[in-house]
Amino acid sequence: VTPHPAPPSDAAPPDYLRAVPGIRSWLTTTDHKRIAIMFLVATTLALMLGGTFAMLLRTKLLTPEPGFIEPVTYNRLFTLHGVVMVFMFMVPAIPAVFGNFVLPMMLGAKDLAFPRINLASFYVYLSGAALTLWGMVHGGADTGWTFYAPYSTTSPTDVAPVAIGVFVLGVSSIMTGFNFIATTHMLRCRGLNWHSMPNFVWSLYATSVIQVIATPVLGLAVLLIALDHALHMGIFDPALGGDPVLFEHLFWFYSHPAVYIMILPAMGVIGEIVPTFAKKHQFSYRALAYSSLGIAFIGFLTWGHHLFVAGISQLDAAIFGVMSMFVAIFSAVKVFTWIGTLYRGSITFNTPMLYFFAFVYLFAFGGMTGIAVATTSLDVHWHDTYFVIAHFHFIMIGGTLTAFLGAIHYWFPKMFGRMYPERWGLVSAALVFAGFNLTFVPQFLLGNAGMPRRYYSYPARYQVLNVMSTLGAYLLGVALVLTLVYLLVSLRWGARAPANPWGSRSFEWRSPSPPPVHNFVTLFDPRQGPYAYDRPPPDEVPPVSA
Amino acid sequence: MNELLRRALYLPPQSSSIARGIDTLHYTVILTTLAGVTLAAAIAAVFLLRYRRRTPVIPLTPQVVAPTWLEVMVIGGLLGLFCLWWVIGFAQYREIQRPPADAIPIYVTAKQWMWKFAYPEGPTSSDVLAVPVGRPVKLIMTSRDVIHGFYVAEFRIKQDVVPGRALTAWFEAIEPGTFDILCTQYCGTRHSWMRAQIVALAPNDYARWLDAARAPLALPGAKGDGQGLAERGREVAAQRGCLRCHSVDGSPFIGPTWAQAFGHRRKTADGRDVLVDEAYLTESMMDPRAVIAAGFVPVMPSYQGVLSPAEAAAIVEYIRSLRDVRPVEPVPPPAGPIELPASGTRSSP
Repeated sequence: VTPHPAPPSDAAPPDYLRAVPGIRSWLTTTDHKRIAIMFLVATTLALMLGGTFAMLLRTKLLTPEPGFIEPVTYNRLFTLHGVVMVFMFMVPAIPAVFGNFVLPMMLGAKDLAFPRINLASFYVYLSGAALTLWGMVHGGADTGWTFYAPYSTTSPTDVAPVAIGVFVLGVSSIMTGFNFIATTHMLRCRGLNWHSMPNFVWSLYATSVIQVIATPVLGLAVLLIALDHALHMGIFDPALGGDPVLFEHLFWFYSHPAVYIMILPAMGVIGEIVPTFAKKHQFSYRALAYSSLGIAFIGFLTWGHHLFVAGISQLDAAIFGVMSMFVAIFSAVKVFTWIGTLYRGSITFNTPMLYFFAFVYLFAFGGMTGIAVATTSLDVHWHDTYFVIAHFHFIMIGGTLTAFLGAIHYWFPKMFGRMYPERWGLVSAALVFAGFNLTFVPQFLLGNAGMPRRYYSYPARYQVLNVMSTLGAYLLGVALVLTLVYLLVSLRWGARAPANPWGSRSFEWRSPSPPPVHNFVTLFDPRQGPYAYDRPPPDEVPPVSA
Repeated sequence: MNELLRRALYLPPQSSSIARGIDTLHYTVILTTLAGVTLAAAIAAVFLLRYRRRTPVIPLTPQVVAPTWLEVMVIGGLLGLFCLWWVIGFAQYREIQRPPADAIPIYVTAKQWMWKFAYPEGPTSSDVLAVPVGRPVKLIMTSRDVIHGFYVAEFRIKQDVVPGRALTAWFEAIEPGTFDILCTQYCGTRHSWMRAQIVALAPNDYARWLDAARAPLALPGAKGDGQGLAERGREVAAQRGCLRCHSVDGSPFIGPTWAQAFGHRRKTADGRDVLVDEAYLTESMMDPRAVIAAGFVPVMPSYQGVLSPAEAAAIVEYIRSLRDVRPVEPVPPPAGPIELPASGTRSSP
């Protein structure tokens, strides 16, 4: 497959934003770029919603005594926070937004392999989100995002709509996953072999494999919870002959790999930002590519480390412990390679690079605390305390959200044809970093001190650290709102972006900003690869006349 | 040094026999983590400064490929370090999981939103667990409703408490004091108030407390009427019909005998060798077909929902009390036809 040739006239083809006007054309579009923009709007709304819940939770935790919300409300809010953030923001954020937008461009393709399924995945996502949120307003599940049985099967609140909503969101995730796999196999342009694909594609490919294999198990598990809750089938409830630990196994069989669904695309983003701004070939292309696959496969064998105190056998604990050590090695290889890429580069320091620096520090620390909690005897103390919460948020916010913010700044010129204000970008990135650390470093210490998670009321000795954490959360919230404001302002008033403002060699930058409907106006020769910063840029192949 | 690091990391006091060892590994892992991450970030910062672009024109940069020796060294070094932590951590985990043979058993029942404790000597208590200092205590735990988590931060132990199963945890308090038991597995509206306390007493105080706790049980009409937990188990077993199939003196019957069963290994129908302990016995009551003892027919019904956790615990304690009963020797059936006395030969007066 080759990119679409330029039209015979001299006039540049209209960009995808303006090609066909009207709200109806957006809602029925099969253009991967427009679907990506719709996902960007939807996931940003989900982030704001989940963030609002987080602020309410943190505000309650300013004091150890009962506060301005009831315990049941608090329990519903942390359930909502988890469900919205994990299933509506973290899982789709980078693949469905940036993956959708740049994956076909990075392969020199006009669109994904199944454009209509891509559009369908958006509406399935909306349906799942609507069902979940309706269930929350209507009955309000209070089970936590982990839905542990038999609490979830006997909870007095309305669990079924939320569980089925999560099931539907999972379907959307599977649709995106196999679309990406098919696209990567079938739609690479002539001359683009597997080892000259941009690194982001490898990450998305590994992510898609996990999405397609693991998500059905989550669907199965939450559906059984819904059935158990509604019809008392006794699958997980021991009072009816079921096994609650079976649910934990099924849930984590998805949800541990799901952590890699959320972090692998983030690693892919970092793998694009670093070579572009260091103007440097990756320290080891293959190490980055294969470690993504390694994470995808070994990641399936580590779920039991969530069950070290649930009563699993010592043999199980030993195997899951050592597998967790192995999977961390792949992440370590990536950090090593990114830092090595800087060596002898020609580095521009701007907002995406500041996010890269924040990512390396936070992700590496979050990952190393993962090693700590995978050390079985240490996990006994930390399990279900704030230490685990802090570890998880270091990976998910310090990792994924930081990379998401890096990605939005990095690809903003390509997506919207405008530049963001660099100074505001640097300031808000620094505030995000500071607010993040103030929020979650105290939570590590709270976990050490023994404060369990999901506590509405807590012993007074934990108050000082809780207040610090809440202040940090407010700072983080302000920084994120600031980012949203200047990005929205830039949409209209930002400076016009050239086709390739960063001087990147990656393929998506060889098209105008914003790109035309069919992505490219000229053919390009991909054989040099996306990171050939040691050679002069290839001459563009002249347009083929129709 | 230990005290300094413990305070710096906000760790609670080390009040159990295992806490100090676990904290030492904790310090090692966390300090190595901090040092390693700071080193990585420092190298990145140095590169960012040293190789920043000084010209407006983008220069060509050399393609530097990571040398294999460096990659092997980084991967090998980290993997070795991680595996070392894993080996030490797993050895400690085995210690946490394996109660010493001489541990005092105490039965724990969790329910929304309280903890109940039952001692083999008979007393029960809610939300306060008195234990002696310097002796290992083994908790045999189950839940009446949903999953709870038994956590004592000062002891560095935690165990999920799962309905339908008996899971154990153990600790040895090394100093007298009062310690919070916090529920760590989310269990509903009042989860964060599901707190109890462990009171660790010096051995003499503990003996006095136990005597005082048993005194009211000896009063006529008191609940349990002076019985120990095992005695109560015997009654429950009789009421629930257990003894219709299980003997307590070693004689063969429909089900395996309870005499000399606890703590011994038993052959199963599928050829395995299992240890008869609290977990096995509880499973056999709740899900009798999970493991079938060799030579027996699976005819036992499930007692899930029939026996309360307290009753199940009492039966387990009763079976435990029979661990040293000498089984009666089965009388061999006589060889040859039995000779009956001939009838009608009575000498009549």
